[in-house]
Amino acid sequence: MSFHDVVVIGGGGAGLRAAIAVAETNPALRVAVISKVYPMRSHTVSAEGGAAAVAADDDTLDEHAYDTVSGSDWLCDQDAVEAFVAEAPRELLRLEHWGCPWSRQPDGRIAVRAFGGMKNRRTWFAADRTGFHLLHTLFQTALSYSDIVRYDEWYVTKILVDDGRAYGVVAIELSTGRIETITAGAVIVCTGGCGRVYPFTTNANIKTGDGMALAYRAGAALKDMEFVQYHPTGLPFTGILITEAARAEGGWLLNKDGYRYLQDYDLGTPSPTPVLRSMELGPRDRLSQAFVHELDKGRTIDTPYGPIVNLDLRHLGAKLIDAKLPFVRELCSKYQNIDPVKELVPVRPVVHYMMGGIHTGIRGETSLEGLYAAGEVACVSINGANRLGSNSLPECLVFGNRAGRAAAVHAGRYRHAVPPAIEAQGRDEVRRLTEDLTRHSEGHERIADIRTEMQATMENGAGIYRDGDSLAKAAEQLEELRSRYTHAAIDDHSTRFNTELIALLELGFMLDVAESIIACAHRREESRGAHQRTDFPARDDERFLAHSLVRRQPDGTSRVTYLPVTITRWPPGERVYGR
Amino acid sequence: MADEITLEVARYRPELESEPVMESFQVPLREHWAVLDGLTYVKDQLDGTLSFRWSCRMGICGSCGMTVNGEPQLSCATFLTDYAPGPVRVEPLRNFPVIRDLVIDIDDFMTKLPEVKPWIIRDVHSPVEEGEYLQTPQELDEYQQFSMCINCMLCYSACPVYSLEPDFIGPAAIALAQRYNLDSRDEGAEERRAVLSSPEGIWACTFVGECSAACPKGVDPAGAIQRYKLTAATRSIKDLLMPRSRR
Repeated sequence: MSFHDVVVIGGGGAGLRAAIAVAETNPALRVAVISKVYPMRSHTVSAEGGAAAVAADDDTLDEHAYDTVSGSDWLCDQDAVEAFVAEAPRELLRLEHWGCPWSRQPDGRIAVRAFGGMKNRRTWFAADRTGFHLLHTLFQTALSYSDIVRYDEWYVTKILVDDGRAYGVVAIELSTGRIETITAGAVIVCTGGCGRVYPFTTNANIKTGDGMALAYRAGAALKDMEFVQYHPTGLPFTGILITEAARAEGGWLLNKDGYRYLQDYDLGTPSPTPVLRSMELGPRDRLSQAFVHELDKGRTIDTPYGPIVNLDLRHLGAKLIDAKLPFVRELCSKYQNIDPVKELVPVRPVVHYMMGGIHTGIRGETSLEGLYAAGEVACVSINGANRLGSNSLPECLVFGNRAGRAAAVHAGRYRHAVPPAIEAQGRDEVRRLTEDLTRHSEGHERIADIRTEMQATMENGAGIYRDGDSLAKAAEQLEELRSRYTHAAIDDHSTRFNTELIALLELGFMLDVAESIIACAHRREESRGAHQRTDFPARDDERFLAHSLVRRQPDGTSRVTYLPVTITRWPPGERVYGR
Repeated sequence: MADEITLEVARYRPELESEPVMESFQVPLREHWAVLDGLTYVKDQLDGTLSFRWSCRMGICGSCGMTVNGEPQLSCATFLTDYAPGPVRVEPLRNFPVIRDLVIDIDDFMTKLPEVKPWIIRDVHSPVEEGEYLQTPQELDEYQQFSMCINCMLCYSACPVYSLEPDFIGPAAIALAQRYNLDSRDEGAEERRAVLSSPEGIWACTFVGECSAACPKGVDPAGAIQRYKLTAATRSIKDLLMPRSRR
């Protein structure tokens, strides 16, 4: 058993920012980062387009806040949004001081670009590899803090809780199979999203919702889980993201007739150059929904990998594409065998981001004492029913920092022995994992089969549009998959880098996350942002201007309750784009 | 096009094998399928015990480096159709200890990386409130390509020096040191000099250039090393002529 003052689960943007915040807040504290991959492999690395923070003289915090609030369909907490927009510029500047290679204006100042749903240009970028540069800057900077201990390629299986308070985790070292109890004064969950619950996603293989399920099983509440973002432009076979920056730089979305169809969906009128908060620069939820309507009208193009529309970048020219969108060109060329300078890019909506997550307050605190969360795994909420592109990277930084500071204060205050119950729980978890391995050795269901069926269930039941029937059916199917999961087979009995065992544990976590998504979506009888119920097509502020909170019951079932949203200065209104 | 292609995959399970053995699997040969898609097909449908690392499947996380038909490659960015009719031989990256199957041990790199201090070093850190350090696009260009390193280890696998001289700091770590040395915001070149100029640093490199050829991101570690050799040589001459000057 080892002890640290603060344990951070996850080494991506939020986790590394949190760890540095702990080290800076109180250098006497022992902080550890536990990650199932080496930190520089974390999924933050895949973010492309940019990070929003007010920088220009003609932009204001209020405008960034309003864009975020209206983008969220008024489901965000406005106190959280106000804190977020106020602190985002400072966080991005801090990254600049740490060496992030932000793209620049000719005079050397930070350059900003337009982005979807944003009324002003405020998205900082490092070409179209913003997440990559942000992550490596954080990782390399974190290396300079020799006090930050890393557990690279350790997989957390349980958060240890006694009497409503978190005391640490149990984790497996992948290379040896060693299982260890790691206790802590505070635990910060920064494990990112859960896109792999769906079949077609931009998310990396590692995005299996581990942190959400860990917290849920530990007794923390999850929030707004029904809000799953479909990004309008993914490459058809791989699901690889083509960044929104491609549209911000002037790209057009065309249906099979070469028509800029967004004009038919109350998103404005076409103009040759991009107009902010209009057409291709509308919010992601509305653009993905427009695709479904085009599909229904028979105006999409069929391909072996499903229906698509085209993203037209040809008129931007090679020079602009190579300067501002080099990764887009590289990805199209490598994975689609096309050159966007000369050819149309086939795209379709793809699961991209989880607005919901572990319920936290604005200091990253969860409903359990000593347990914090930040980044995509958390739901503060600044994203509400629909996140705006380029708000997630600064969210990782602002709330990673906040959670790190709060956890440091908490851990500094309670530096005492862990209760015996925690040691016992740790031993129980080792036993459970060992028994699991034995039991599943006799299983007969392929892990991949259950996973594939779960993903199809989620797409069919809780896709861009859902209804009561599709959700009820999905709930039934998940129950059946849950029982099949108990018979999932493990053929790998090695203690060394047993990825089959990890796949089994990840699938267990994903089933929890899937069930919570369905439970929340079923109860929310309205349409708001990314949650569109065909049986309840209107927004219903009277009943549902509230966050869904879902908690695990002792019998394993889920229970949904509601928490009013916090409104400070922007009363609920109509979302207006392009007019 | 045939329907299937053979993957010959190196297996090594220390509890079962004393040394790696090759195992063949038939996988679908489809347009757009990367070697990685073939491997995930094996794991999901044929043999769940095959172990390999992968994550982003878009050539940016650096997890899935492997030796494919003798060459270090990102398996997510190397396509089965390019190897048709096969077979495709998939082995772990060379020059590293193997933990299991295609999973290599990169602890050596993770230990060496901090030694070159790949972070901004300044005599005085300005407060964030004072705004950004100005950096023109030209100044950004000076180091930008070296900042593209994804730590995938392909260059170490390709490097003939690293295979003979495991103490060599290696191409990626030196390129990352240069990434900061060439950054107009950085003042840490002096602090990095001892490690870079040591026998395990740039002077170990015989300039074969295999690292730059192997890099999937267009980084030129060989160029970084050559350039630093020049800097270091100039510096040595200055030291000789003006022994008391600090820089």
